[in-house]
Amino acid sequence: MTFHKHHLFWPFAVFVLLLVLNIFFSNNFFSITVHDGHLYGSLIDIARRAAPLILVGVGMTLVIATGGIDLSVGSVMAVSGALSCLLIGDLGDPDGVAGVLGAIAVALLLCLGLGVWNGFLVSVIGIQPIVATLILMVAGRGLAQLITGGQILNVTSAPYRVIGAGYFLALPVSVLIAVAVAIVAGLLTRRTALGLLLQSVGGSPAASRLAGIQARGLTWLVYVIAAVCAGIAGLIYSSNVASADSNAAGNLIELDAILAVVIGGTALTGGRFSLSGTVLGAVLIETLNVTILSVGIPVEATLLFKAVVVVVLCLGQSPAFRERVLRRRTPVVATKEVAA
Amino acid sequence: MFRKRAGVLLTAALLVSVLGACGDDDSGDGGGGGGDKLTIGFAQVGAESGWRTANTKSIQESAKAAGVELKFSDAQGKQENQIKAIRSFITQRVDVIAFSPVVESGWDTVLKEAKDAEIPVILTDRAIDSTDESLYESFIGSDFVLEGKKAGEWLVEDEKDEPGPVNIVELQGTPGAAPANDRKAGFADAIKADPKFKIIASQTGQFTRTDGKQVMETFLKSHPDIDVLYAHNDDMGLGAIEAIEAAGKTPGKDIKIITVDAVKDGMTALSEGKINFIVECSPLLGPQLMDLAKTVADGGTVDKRVLTEETTFTPEQAKEVLPERKY
Repeated sequence: MTFHKHHLFWPFAVFVLLLVLNIFFSNNFFSITVHDGHLYGSLIDIARRAAPLILVGVGMTLVIATGGIDLSVGSVMAVSGALSCLLIGDLGDPDGVAGVLGAIAVALLLCLGLGVWNGFLVSVIGIQPIVATLILMVAGRGLAQLITGGQILNVTSAPYRVIGAGYFLALPVSVLIAVAVAIVAGLLTRRTALGLLLQSVGGSPAASRLAGIQARGLTWLVYVIAAVCAGIAGLIYSSNVASADSNAAGNLIELDAILAVVIGGTALTGGRFSLSGTVLGAVLIETLNVTILSVGIPVEATLLFKAVVVVVLCLGQSPAFRERVLRRRTPVVATKEVAA
Repeated sequence: MFRKRAGVLLTAALLVSVLGACGDDDSGDGGGGGGDKLTIGFAQVGAESGWRTANTKSIQESAKAAGVELKFSDAQGKQENQIKAIRSFITQRVDVIAFSPVVESGWDTVLKEAKDAEIPVILTDRAIDSTDESLYESFIGSDFVLEGKKAGEWLVEDEKDEPGPVNIVELQGTPGAAPANDRKAGFADAIKADPKFKIIASQTGQFTRTDGKQVMETFLKSHPDIDVLYAHNDDMGLGAIEAIEAAGKTPGKDIKIITVDAVKDGMTALSEGKINFIVECSPLLGPQLMDLAKTVADGGTVDKRVLTEETTFTPEQAKEVLPERKY
């Protein structure tokens, strides 16, 4: 099997292409300097911007692996940011680490509860995932607006700022969190039987149940994980700008997350999934966003530029399309290739 | 079995939400106009921002102060809700209908109905794109082009002794939105006379803090020589301030910042010297709306276009008015 047939070849090629494109427009694009004791540069920006999307994408990958989908992640982000900012605002000492950790714990607990609700609707009641999570997508943003009273909540808390805008050992904390979550998810699915069971449920829930796999519990679990991941992403998002904006937080991120998952080679029909692919997909999407800014593409043409890149990428990734256009003679390895 | 029950539950939930929305349409007793007290039906866009909430409060409070009976409806950002609300105002025979259109197009039919029922209509804050101007009496709201112009004029005055070039970056609002288009055009118009003013980058920050911060982060790296930032609203400016501080520069000194809106958070930053100049876009058009409504209800004539009373703020002025800033 040659390198260019690896399922991440195309996204990786586009990623490198975008980076190269940036050199021509921004001389110091690859320069990373140390600034106030932390790393500073465009590549760091891309990583920081990608952190929430990686988190949401990891959760989404697991959900999609079971053949489901979670549209509510953006609203869950808004809820978690809104609640933590509200609680920290009510603290007597907003700079106290214990109080901030408490507020974060309560916010994540609520997100966990929202995930339990999604999972309950899908796995126990049996509502289609797209409909079940649509309920929370709409209601969740309403809940977030209720928490903030429709206003932007400001929060001045040094410990809370660390999550989204702080640095640990010169590295952005948000990126460290996202990478840690991705690694834990990767270990759990690839080093234990969990990944296999998820693929089995995604492939055929009925057959899995007959084979003695707890399909219901597993399906339930992935929605809880997705909601908690989205909750952490929401904390990063609100901490980054020290405020909770219940209208803008996580708006349409579910679509970006699904795109990241698809770019990464996970099948939307369930069964086959790739966490490393999702991480690459998320980084690619944010690289694209940064490229648009640094190249200076006019605002009116931004969406068109994005669309062209995504279409080219998806077509390139489709084995059927490649076979037609490039007239490949060698048969495509079905298990490794992905129809985008 | 489960699926069926879930379907019933879902339908019930949807029904409740639809009924809830209908309930909002009619907040009064349904008595309508006809008495000696003036009745205004007002269909608001929603409560999507602090600006909008202040707008709603201003209208409600000034109606109370003017002794006007206000029938208030919240469209929750949906045109069909607003059309429903206007129809219900027509049925209730209110004296004047006022509304802030969710979108620009698609109002001809329902406004024709209001015209046939001889109920005058006043647009607030946002315009409609109908070619038939007789469908409404007046449009009261901010002139976004003028706001952009005021921002540009201040910059020209402030930099008049500088030899230049003055490198400007612009954070635009949501692409296609009237405030974004007009504030861009007005600003460009005001600075075009002097070639030393150069807009070296202009991208959308979607009117939000996060996008404002992220776009500014990129600007700072690809353009090391930024002198001025012009942001189409306070929130993007506030996000950009964080990016500028993270890059080790001082907002307001190393990079001068001009924004539009003058909401409380923006005014706070202005009073701290992190923003240099804010052009006000006031949501407090309630009192003016009440005067207009009274005039048209009495059969008087009003201007087709009424501007909101607005001003601009420097850091010193911001310090003075900040304590009693409501929104």
